[in-house]
Amino acid sequence: METVWFMIIALMIAAYAVLDGFDLGAGAIYFGAARTADDRRKILRAIGPVWDGNEVWLVAAGGTLYFAFPLLYASSFSGFYLPLMMVLWLLMLRGIGIELRAHLENPVWVGFFDLVFCGSSVLLAIFFGAALGNVVRGVPLGADGYFFEPLWTNFRVGANTGILDWYTVLTGVIALVTLTAHGALYIAVKTENELNQRVRSVALWAWRLQLILTIVGLIATCYVRPMVLDNYKQHAIGYLIPLVVFGSLGTMIYAIRKELDKLAFVGSALYIVAMLVGAAFALYPVVLPASTDPAYNLTIYNTAAARHGLTVGLTWWIIAMILALAYFTFLFRMFRGKVRLEGEGY
Amino acid sequence: MDSALLVHRIHFAFTITFHYLFPQLTMGLAPLIVVLKTLALRRQDEIYNQAARFWAKIFAINFLMGVVTGIPMEFQFGTNWSHFSRYAGGVIGQTLAMEGMFSFFLESAFLGLFLYGEKRLGPRGHWWSAVAVFLGSWLSGYFIIATDAWMQHPVGYFKAPDGSLQLSSFWALLMNPWALWQYAHNMSGAVITGAIVMAAVGAFYLLWGKFEAHGRIFVRTGVIAGLIFSVLQLFPTGDGQGRMIALHQPVTLAAMEALFVGQSGAPLIILGQPNVDERKIDNPVEVPQALSFLTYRAWKANVQGLDSFPPDLWPQNIALLYYSYHIMVGLGTFFIAIMLVAVFLLWREKLFSARWMLWILLLALPFPYIANTAGWMTAELGRQPWLVYGLMRTADGYSKMVSAGNGMFTLLGFLGMYTVLGILFLFLVQREIDHGPTATPISQH
Repeated sequence: METVWFMIIALMIAAYAVLDGFDLGAGAIYFGAARTADDRRKILRAIGPVWDGNEVWLVAAGGTLYFAFPLLYASSFSGFYLPLMMVLWLLMLRGIGIELRAHLENPVWVGFFDLVFCGSSVLLAIFFGAALGNVVRGVPLGADGYFFEPLWTNFRVGANTGILDWYTVLTGVIALVTLTAHGALYIAVKTENELNQRVRSVALWAWRLQLILTIVGLIATCYVRPMVLDNYKQHAIGYLIPLVVFGSLGTMIYAIRKELDKLAFVGSALYIVAMLVGAAFALYPVVLPASTDPAYNLTIYNTAAARHGLTVGLTWWIIAMILALAYFTFLFRMFRGKVRLEGEGY
Repeated sequence: MDSALLVHRIHFAFTITFHYLFPQLTMGLAPLIVVLKTLALRRQDEIYNQAARFWAKIFAINFLMGVVTGIPMEFQFGTNWSHFSRYAGGVIGQTLAMEGMFSFFLESAFLGLFLYGEKRLGPRGHWWSAVAVFLGSWLSGYFIIATDAWMQHPVGYFKAPDGSLQLSSFWALLMNPWALWQYAHNMSGAVITGAIVMAAVGAFYLLWGKFEAHGRIFVRTGVIAGLIFSVLQLFPTGDGQGRMIALHQPVTLAAMEALFVGQSGAPLIILGQPNVDERKIDNPVEVPQALSFLTYRAWKANVQGLDSFPPDLWPQNIALLYYSYHIMVGLGTFFIAIMLVAVFLLWREKLFSARWMLWILLLALPFPYIANTAGWMTAELGRQPWLVYGLMRTADGYSKMVSAGNGMFTLLGFLGMYTVLGILFLFLVQREIDHGPTATPISQH
């Protein structure tokens, strides 16, 4: 049962990364790709009706994590106190950036909120990547299952880590590059003509960096935490995951070159899911490794809620998920197709 | 008091109080917008659609503020109250996760359709999207109330070998009698906020002499809903909630009423200052035996006073609890009074020309917010010194790893951020009101 919830939460986080990832990426490429005011409006229109729903996946994944693994939630959220609070502030700024810019036509007002939107999107992508890096690298857990990390210490990986060190900065940059490509490809799907061409070339550049950084990141991860290979050695089926990672990178470049935007976007989504599943596979059954003593590792077994609650939860979770998928299918169908600016739109 | 404990308490209290200024209007306006959309469909009159679209714009700004200030609430269970989460997460994780899964997905998906999809959906489809947003926001309210109700009156749990609490009965948690009363009382309070805000904006238009046709619709809808729900707020919901407290938290009731000495035929204090040091009420104005009657339906019934309980079980801030409760009740009575007069004038077809009454409706605008806030302060201060009533003290629940300094840093950050959000909110809502219901709809982006 604990394993089932581990997989469910991993998939919810992957769904969040794929969905909110494209609107974070759209924010990151905002100034790079959009040259005119109309371009910027098109990008915002492409994500406008869906970004809030995408962000709900974060809240829903967080709530599900709290429900299934209360100790993990308690320990990691208090241990990552400072960066999480900054994530909250960035999420707030980003939300108001997207929604409030159109309220006034004053160019300074619009420009200000454009900057807020782009800046918070970039920083959030980096923060989320660094968070994943922290979880893979491990944190200084004590015997009571708690820890507290300062924002940085000496930028080295070791027992006395901060949130930021060279490894987590690297994972942050990987996340930014990945979401840049992902967001650019989403906007490519949703736009035409010149803007479409421009975001595709952004995606091409991001893809090149993504390929290099993926290789660097894999090597760095094996160096920082050699145990990540244990599960792969025991269950050879795991090696399919890196195959999917590189297969999806191949799909992306093929599709970008052939101007098959939808296929390229699917490739990018697959890449994100495969990277996250790869990390989850490497960690299992640990959910938060201790950099201090492996005996203090938080695992799915020592952090889970009791069996009855988990069983009951599975019933309502499945019902809720079917409903949610139905709403979102409907929502994306209603707003499908390329965005145009004529008229009131939708 | 331990300074870290104090910082974490203020951190949560401030962020939740500010947050709840927005959801109460979201939940209060949602059904009123459904009413306007229904009238538009029934009467085939474009003016009701304009009215609904106008409120949808305000709803959208308000909803956004609710979303961005709401995300920190879920986070804070882990960041600032991690010992509590470890202890109780096995139970309340259920309701918090269900809120995300059942209501946020529903609400966010259909809000996009409701705000941006009027043309694509057509009139009936658009009506349904308004209903879905209404249901989503009210469902969300239920899961949060069920969580709070469990902290007030824990049910459906067992103690696991590691000392944490775990779920034993899902339906006991969801059907907690405390939750049912608290939900009814809270939602009625939210509709009062929605109704008074709508009536106040309508009164503003009538007094200003612009958009008068719309202003009349707003005032009419607002005062009718306002009368119905301010009566429901007192009876049965307020009464039921009060008897829950009498039954399960008698010491809280004694502190709310500042009843220092238990007695049969206890009086109801209308005015007066609790003097905790001398354990008496200064300058009381009271109704004899009324408290006994309201609590137990018998004039001579014995009501337990604070003297029946050891002081370490008393809520710590009796004065603040007493004043919060009395402000809430006083304002609730005031709402019934003004709504009765307003509906009477509406019935006699004099309301729209009675400028003095329109001024009262306009100036009533802040008071439902104060009443709802005071009500929540009564609930939460009344629960002290417990975090989970009878099981975990507040002093044991906060994150011991997060120092007072770190807590203070982020509290100051929230204070600054929320000041800016509040100013932006008022500025943008004022602009929408200024442009009025006939303004061409702003393009979405």
